[in-house]
Amino acid sequence: MLLTLILFIPALTAILLLFLPRNNKQTIRWVAFGASLVPLAISIVVWFGFEDAAVVDKFRYVEQYTWYEAINSSYHVGVDGLSLTMVLLTTLLTPLSILASFKIDKNVNIYMALFLFLEMGMLGVFLSLDLLLFFVFWEIGLVPMFFLINQWGSEKGERELWNGRKMPARSYASFKFMIYTMAGSLGLLLAIQLIGVVSGTFDLVAIFDSWPALTGDLTLGNTIIPFATVKTVAFWAFAIAFAIKVPVWPFHTWLPDAHTEAPTAGSMILAGVLLKLGAYGFLRLVLPLYPDEAKAAAGILAFLATMAIIFGAFAAYGQRDFKRLVAYSSVNHMGFVVLGIAAAAYSLGSEDATIALNGAVLQMFNHGLSAAGMFFLVGVIYERTHTRDLDEIGGGLFPVIPIYGGILIFTSMASLGLPGLNGFVSEFLVVRGAWPIFTLFTALSMMGLLFTGAYILKGISSTLHGPRKAEGNYKITDIGRREVFVIAPLMALMLWLGVWPAWLLDVINNAMLSLFG
Amino acid sequence: MQTTTLIWLIPLPPILAFFLIVLFTNRNNRLSHRIAVGAAVISWLLSMVVFFTAIGKEHFGEQVFEDFIQWLPLGKHSSLEIGVLVDPLTAVTLFFVGWTVLMIFIYSIGYHNFGQPKGDDDHHGLPPHGATVEKDGKKQIVPSIEPMYARFFAFIGLFAFGMFTLVVSNNLLTLFVGWEIMGLCSYLLIGFWYGKESARDAAKKAFMTTRIGDVFMLLGISYLFKATNTLNFRDILHNEAVLDALAQADSGFLGLSAAGLIGLLLILGTVGKSAQFPLHVWLPDAMEGPTPVSAMIHAATMVSAGVYMVIRMFPLLEVGEISLSVMAFIGAFTALFAATIALAQKDVKRVLAYSTISQLGFMIAALGVGAYVAAVFHLFTHAFFKALLFLGSGSVIHGMEHGVYHTGNHEVDPQDMFNMGGLRKKMPTTFWTFLIGGFALSGFPLITAGFWSKDEILADALAHNPAVFWTLALAALLTAFYTMRQITLTFLGEPRTEEAKHAHESTRSMTAPLVVLAVFAIGAGWIGIPEHFPALGGIIPNWLHDFVGGTLLHNPETLEEFDMIPLLVSIGVALGGLLLGWLVYRNVSAGSEDPLRKPLGPIYSLFENKYNIDEIYNVLFVRPAMWVSETFTYLFLDRKIIDGVLHFVARISFEIGAFFRNSIDKPIINGFGDLVGFSTNKFGHWFRRIQTGRVQQYMLVALLLAFASLFYYMVALQP
Repeated sequence: MLLTLILFIPALTAILLLFLPRNNKQTIRWVAFGASLVPLAISIVVWFGFEDAAVVDKFRYVEQYTWYEAINSSYHVGVDGLSLTMVLLTTLLTPLSILASFKIDKNVNIYMALFLFLEMGMLGVFLSLDLLLFFVFWEIGLVPMFFLINQWGSEKGERELWNGRKMPARSYASFKFMIYTMAGSLGLLLAIQLIGVVSGTFDLVAIFDSWPALTGDLTLGNTIIPFATVKTVAFWAFAIAFAIKVPVWPFHTWLPDAHTEAPTAGSMILAGVLLKLGAYGFLRLVLPLYPDEAKAAAGILAFLATMAIIFGAFAAYGQRDFKRLVAYSSVNHMGFVVLGIAAAAYSLGSEDATIALNGAVLQMFNHGLSAAGMFFLVGVIYERTHTRDLDEIGGGLFPVIPIYGGILIFTSMASLGLPGLNGFVSEFLVVRGAWPIFTLFTALSMMGLLFTGAYILKGISSTLHGPRKAEGNYKITDIGRREVFVIAPLMALMLWLGVWPAWLLDVINNAMLSLFG
Repeated sequence: MQTTTLIWLIPLPPILAFFLIVLFTNRNNRLSHRIAVGAAVISWLLSMVVFFTAIGKEHFGEQVFEDFIQWLPLGKHSSLEIGVLVDPLTAVTLFFVGWTVLMIFIYSIGYHNFGQPKGDDDHHGLPPHGATVEKDGKKQIVPSIEPMYARFFAFIGLFAFGMFTLVVSNNLLTLFVGWEIMGLCSYLLIGFWYGKESARDAAKKAFMTTRIGDVFMLLGISYLFKATNTLNFRDILHNEAVLDALAQADSGFLGLSAAGLIGLLLILGTVGKSAQFPLHVWLPDAMEGPTPVSAMIHAATMVSAGVYMVIRMFPLLEVGEISLSVMAFIGAFTALFAATIALAQKDVKRVLAYSTISQLGFMIAALGVGAYVAAVFHLFTHAFFKALLFLGSGSVIHGMEHGVYHTGNHEVDPQDMFNMGGLRKKMPTTFWTFLIGGFALSGFPLITAGFWSKDEILADALAHNPAVFWTLALAALLTAFYTMRQITLTFLGEPRTEEAKHAHESTRSMTAPLVVLAVFAIGAGWIGIPEHFPALGGIIPNWLHDFVGGTLLHNPETLEEFDMIPLLVSIGVALGGLLLGWLVYRNVSAGSEDPLRKPLGPIYSLFENKYNIDEIYNVLFVRPAMWVSETFTYLFLDRKIIDGVLHFVARISFEIGAFFRNSIDKPIINGFGDLVGFSTNKFGHWFRRIQTGRVQQYMLVALLLAFASLFYYMVALQP
């Protein structure tokens, strides 16, 4: 019952919001914020009850109801350490993002409703134990995000397509995001259908057992196809869909556009949770369903991950737009997640693989915290200076906004992976796990790690440090109380996870052992 | 209380001070520095208790203080443990770190002008410019308090935490944590006056240059962890089976053993952190920070940490074999190379910066020839006399600034030694202590600490590797020379500027630490007098060798026979260099050139410009990196190629759509529109809905088509 509550309370609130008087903006904001705290509270309850909850086929808090009987698809939800970690991240970041969007003034009730629908979509992906259900939620998440970027995104900017044909940047970004993801989803849907037809059910728990064991030929009418072929095709359909979402280089160019044009809170959720859907797909579906195919493709994946780490860092360093810089940092950081997954795919079951997976999942959580924090901080400074251009901001703001400055340095350092803060632990684990498996790629990815430092310092020094420019431009106010409330929980978690990661890593480690051990 | 409990507590006071100051007391200067200095006192006290407990133990080294907790669960059975360890090496390091850190904290109070009025026009992020006060009806400019006074104490608190963490760690991972936290602190403190462009750049340079070493070190740690399944020092280094296995295992890289490759990766970390060639470039620029920071970085903490790490990992490097040769080469080369640059620097702090690089080279070279104890010894003595010299130079600069306030001529650079002269009379305490520090650095025979440690390095070098010995001997000669040049230009002779005439001795909170450090700059050498030393040997037992040697599995052997050559060379270069320095620089008059400039000619310019290495790096690395980032990766790869492909797909679908509209829709449907009636019209309306002319929809169609064909080919192409 608890999981269903977590899943649908946001959606119910969203519907309620649509019926509230439109002009009563403050009420709408507080109702949305208050309602988003409920799933957080329940997930904390779930977290603490997790150890003692009954285990059904490796999952806990399992619920199953009839849904689409004709094709053997049911409403089947449950959590293990992997999905619970992601659920916690989602339910934590959503209220913070809503709190960060209190300055939104246009169609507040629709904005908030979309946000809560988005939360439901993301949570559904993490909770589903049924492939069809998984896909439904996977697609549901797209729609609100499309509108959030398209309607509430930044108003300035144009993007040239070809021959001088231009379109507004936020329309461009939202369509690119939508179509790109849809293109991946199409294959995913077909592959899911294929699995459903072959297995006679969409229930994941059943498929986990039956699908990888299939050998011989598949007979469909008169055609006979070897199962190895079927699986390879389905594997690539899955892998490409998730690779676009993560995003894996070179499918990443939708990300800087979408992240840059989205409203602040939208970027927080995009970077904090939406990217994790792709990585989660790899861990939940690709590795368990296609261990052999994944092993065959692990080298390619590791190569692409290394490219993402290196070129993500370079591209971030090459930016003048602060938000785009942070956006590219996501490509860089998610590269480590993929590197960990690739290493694990290559030698699934080994100790190195488990360590790499621990690192990858922890990195997903950590990146959720630091990327959301960074996007929020970029939003804070944008609200005040009305520019994201680092050259225009020009530096010298530290004395004007000292508290913000301290927070920015702290969060940047967490993003950079400074030991003592969260990012280091996960990056170290990934590097440790991947080193014996993909030594060369791991060594090359150090180049990316080096340039992580370069772009982080570029961000800090072009905003805070340096000589002051004309006084008149700098009558801006320091970070406010509401804003501190947004960032403080993230900072506390960054520090806590950096000093004492065991509370989270224990859960992740157990999950990885039971999934792939 | 258990000793191990005390060890856990050592790093905590400074980090608590950091958080207290940042979160609560940052508006109260007095309370802030009390908290910070109080924290340093507690850490110092704990360090001393642990140190004396340790030296009181019989056979300390076989038995050590160690305690750990589980930190990371990893896989089925294993986990990563972290904890604290005090063995002889740690104990000695704690001793000098505790003392120097405390002295630097106290000194900082005076250095940042506590008790002085607020500046007339001081800003956050810029050094204080002085305040106007009325005294006896006369307006007078006096030094003003640092505008970010409290913040400074918070930062050095964090710095001290990093160092103490590193020192008491029992494993490479928490050592790395402390290592990187100091990296952050050096960034924050070198860039303390971030309002200056130069400070901002220097801070970034320091962080990035050391990070190059750090990422390699991280690989080394990962490899070591994989190879041994632990990062605990004693489990790896005190275990012959593990060391043998590492020496036997093939790394698959250039035929190196696992130990060899791990060693090289770790050494790269030290090359960055301890500013060895070719990653030395950040250290001289680090002089942009306030002087106590320089002392902190150069003596007490950061660069010492680099050497400490390789000393700590020595048994592993030893079995790696290649590691030692690499260290001997890098160390000896850097020692000489940096010393030549120091010859031609004008800035009083920059001379010291290069001397630090050079002295660290001595230590690395010592390890390279296998002189474990000598390296520890020099690290130990160097920390004291270099902290003394830096704090002394800070005092000199302060005195000169006093003169600048007096004359009001802000054109005069208070750090330029050619503007000084004759300061011995104005600043006697600073002079005498600086003289002691300088002599220790030069290795003035018998009475200074630097002599004993340097002599031991030279003796070991001659016994193992004569090339290293002669390189180091030459470097030692240059060291004595430029040190005397510095002392002569600064303190001796007559004042060369009006400002130097009005220099003023610093306050007691600055001079008292100088005196304390001066005591150690002399006395710290007596603990390691070789047994066979003529006349003096054996009077005081060579305590250091016996004690520190116990860190290793096998106590390192002392040199069997006492060799007079290194001793004579050592005395000769020290006295010779000092004498030459004095002779050349004693008569430099106001406004005149460096007397060496003419005779050395272009070589002098080469030294002065630091061999143009900054410029070379700029062309070779910095600018290409910018180009790769901005132009290649972003504009070309992402914008042009990848987005180009996407836009191309979109365009194809757009063209197909346009074709439908222009060739079918318009002429055929519209053309027949008049003839065909209502139904066609309706069809046209329906058909037009697909062709809205909106790019996005065409893009969608095209992508779907592209994907479908890809899917088809994958099926078709499968065997």
